[in-house]
Amino acid sequence: MNMMSEAAVEKALDQKMNDSSYKMIGKDVSVYYGEKRALFDVNLNVRENTVTALIGPSGCGKSTFLRCLNRMNDTIENCRVTGRITLDADDIYDQNIDVVELRARVGMVFQKPNPFPKSIYENISYGPRIHGLARNKADMDQIVEASLQRAGLWTEVKDRLHESGTGLSGGQQQRLCIARAVAVSPEVILMDEPCSALDPIATAKVEELIHELRANYTIVIVTHSMQQAARVSQRTAMFHLGQLVEENDTDKMFTNPDDQRTQDYIMGRFG
Amino acid sequence: MTDVVSPVSGIPKTKAGRRDIGIKRRYAAERRFRAYGVAALSFGIIFLMLLLWSVVSKGYTAFQQTMITIPIEFSEQTIDPQNERAANPQKLMTANYPVVARNALAKTLGVSVDDRVKIRAVGQLLSDGVRTQLRDMVVANPAIIGTTQNVALLAAGDIDSAFKGQINLSVAEGNRKISDQQVTWMNQLAESGVLAKHFNTGIFVNGASSRPEAAGVGVALIGSFYMMLIVLVLSLPIGVAASIYLEEFAPKNKFTDLIEVNINNLAAVPSIVYGLLGLAVFINFMGLPRSASLVGGLVLTLMTLPTIIIATRAALKAVPPSIRAAALGLGASKMQTIFHHVLPLAMPGILTGTIIGLAHALGETAPLLLIGMVAFVANYPATPLDPSTALPVQIYMWANEAERAFVERTSGAIIILLLFLIVMNVGAILLRRRFERRW
Repeated sequence: MNMMSEAAVEKALDQKMNDSSYKMIGKDVSVYYGEKRALFDVNLNVRENTVTALIGPSGCGKSTFLRCLNRMNDTIENCRVTGRITLDADDIYDQNIDVVELRARVGMVFQKPNPFPKSIYENISYGPRIHGLARNKADMDQIVEASLQRAGLWTEVKDRLHESGTGLSGGQQQRLCIARAVAVSPEVILMDEPCSALDPIATAKVEELIHELRANYTIVIVTHSMQQAARVSQRTAMFHLGQLVEENDTDKMFTNPDDQRTQDYIMGRFG
Repeated sequence: MTDVVSPVSGIPKTKAGRRDIGIKRRYAAERRFRAYGVAALSFGIIFLMLLLWSVVSKGYTAFQQTMITIPIEFSEQTIDPQNERAANPQKLMTANYPVVARNALAKTLGVSVDDRVKIRAVGQLLSDGVRTQLRDMVVANPAIIGTTQNVALLAAGDIDSAFKGQINLSVAEGNRKISDQQVTWMNQLAESGVLAKHFNTGIFVNGASSRPEAAGVGVALIGSFYMMLIVLVLSLPIGVAASIYLEEFAPKNKFTDLIEVNINNLAAVPSIVYGLLGLAVFINFMGLPRSASLVGGLVLTLMTLPTIIIATRAALKAVPPSIRAAALGLGASKMQTIFHHVLPLAMPGILTGTIIGLAHALGETAPLLLIGMVAFVANYPATPLDPSTALPVQIYMWANEAERAFVERTSGAIIILLLFLIVMNVGAILLRRRFERRW
C-alpha cells in the first residue's frame, strides 16, 4: 500500500467498485412492525468495496433497512420482512440460509459502543472462537492482533489486552467493537450511527478507520450527520417516511441531487 | 406596580408579577416527608433492637449448662452384679446407672445411702440424662467397670435454672420445684467447685429430649441442612431454566401471560397451603415417608421456586439489550448469547434471589408441621428419608414446653437460627460483590 500513492489507491478502489457487481441487492423490501408498516418497497443495492451512507430524518426507516441486511430484525417480535435481499446472489431470507452464518458474513457495529464486560482480548476472540476460526492459541493471538491493527487500536491497547474492554474511552470502545466485528472476517460491515456517542476527535478517528476498511470490506453506514456522509461515503441513499427517496453518488447527492426532498433535507429545510 | 417585563423572554422579573406557587409549602412538604421517613426507620430499628435484645437476653444462658463433676465409682455390684456382661451385652444397656451417679453424689455430699428421703432428693439434683451418659461410657469401654472416674454429670433442669438464678427462691418451699435442702446442697457444691457452669455443647449436638438439660437442636440442624441442600439442588436449576425459557425463548402470548401472573401469585400463596399440597402429593400419592427431610425439601422447593423465578427474570431483564445485540451481531446463536453473556451478567441477581429464597425456606415452619416434621426425633437422621425435624419446628416445639429451662433453650435455638440466616445473607452480599461487573 505504501508503494502506491493515496490517490492511486483511491482510483483503483473506485475502479473496482464500478466494475464489480452489487454485493447486496435489496428488492421491494418492506418491513412491518405488527400492523405498522415501516418500509415501503425499498430497492437499494450495495456495491462491493464501497461505503454506502443511509441518511434521512429520524424514523425514516434507514436503521430498519440496515437491520434487514443481517436479519437483526428477526430478534424483534412482530417484525415481518417482505421482498428479497441477496448477498452474493444468495437470498438471505431463504430457509436454507443459517442466520448465524449470515451474521458472520455481515457484521454489525452499533450506535452505542457495547463491548462485552470482559477483557479486550476476550472481546475480540469471542467471535472467532464461536465460529471456529482459530485452531490454537497462536492462531487466536494472531487474529486478535490483526483485528486490533485493522481497527487502529493495537498500539493503544497492546500492553493491556487482558484488562476490561469497558475501561477504555468511548472512542476506543467503538473501535474495539469495530475490531470485534472485523475479527470474524465479514464481507459486509453494517454501522448504525457509529459516531453518535463520540466526541469530534474520536469521530475523526473512526471515520478515518472506515475509510481504510473500505479496501477490504463493503460498508453500509447509517448516519445523522450530513458532513459525515459526505466525508466517508461514495454512495448515499436518502430515506424519508419509510421510502427510498434517492440513491446516488455522494458527490452528486450533495451538490446536485435529483430529488427536491433530498435538496431540502441536505440544506436543512426539514428533518 | 413596577412590572418590568424582560424584552427577550417576556418573563416577569419582579416578585409581584409571579403567581404565588407556594414555595414555602413545597419545602415544608419535603421536610415533612423526610420526617416521616426518619420516623419509619427509627420505628423499625427500635423494634429490631427490642427483638434482638429480648431473644439474646433470654437466650444467651442456653449456651451454658450446669454440670456436677464428681468421681464416679463404676461399681460392678450395681452395674453387673451377676457378672454376665460377657454372655449378655444387653445387661450393660439396662443396668441402673442413675443409682451409680446418685450414690456417687451422695458420697460427695456426705449423705447416707440408707436415708431414703434424702437420697431421693439427692437423685433429683442430677438429670435423668446421666443414664445414657454413663451407659455410653460403659458400653464404649467396659473395662472401666470397677474403676473410679471423674465425670461431669448434667445437673437436673431445675437445678440448672436455679443455679442461673431463674427460679425465684423467695417463694414458699412447697410452691417451687426444688426444696431448701437441695438449694443448700447446690450452694455447697458450687462453693467447692463441683457444681459449675460449662459451655453447653449439648444444645448443638443432642437430639430431642423431654428433659431440657439433655435437649438440643442436633437433629433439627441435620434436617434443616438436608432440606436446604435439596432446595438448592432442585430449585436453582429448575428456577433458572424456567426463567430463561420464559424471559428469552417463550413467545409472548395470552398463555405465557397467564403463566407469569400465576408465578407471581404462587409467590404469595400461604406456605401452609404448600404443606397441604406436599401432604397430598408426596406422602399420600407418591408414598414418601412422613417426617422425612426429603419431603420437607420438596415442599420447600415448590415454595422457593416462584421467588427464584421472579428474581432471576428481573436479573435477566436488567442485562442491557446492547450486550445481546453485540453477541447476536457477531453470529452467536441465541443459546450462546444467553449462556456466554447474559447469564454471567445476571448471576449476582440470581444468586441473591436464590439465597434469599433459601433463607426464607430455612425459617419456614407451617408446611413442615403438615408433613409430620413436628416430631420427637432423638436419633440423627442418616439419610433424608429418615425422620427428622427442622430448626424452626424445634423452636416451635420447645416454645410449647412447660419447664423453665426450655424458655432459655427456645431463645437459644432462635439465636442459632438467626445466626444461620445472617451467615446466608452475608454470603449473598459477598457473592454479589464477587460477581458484580460493570458495563
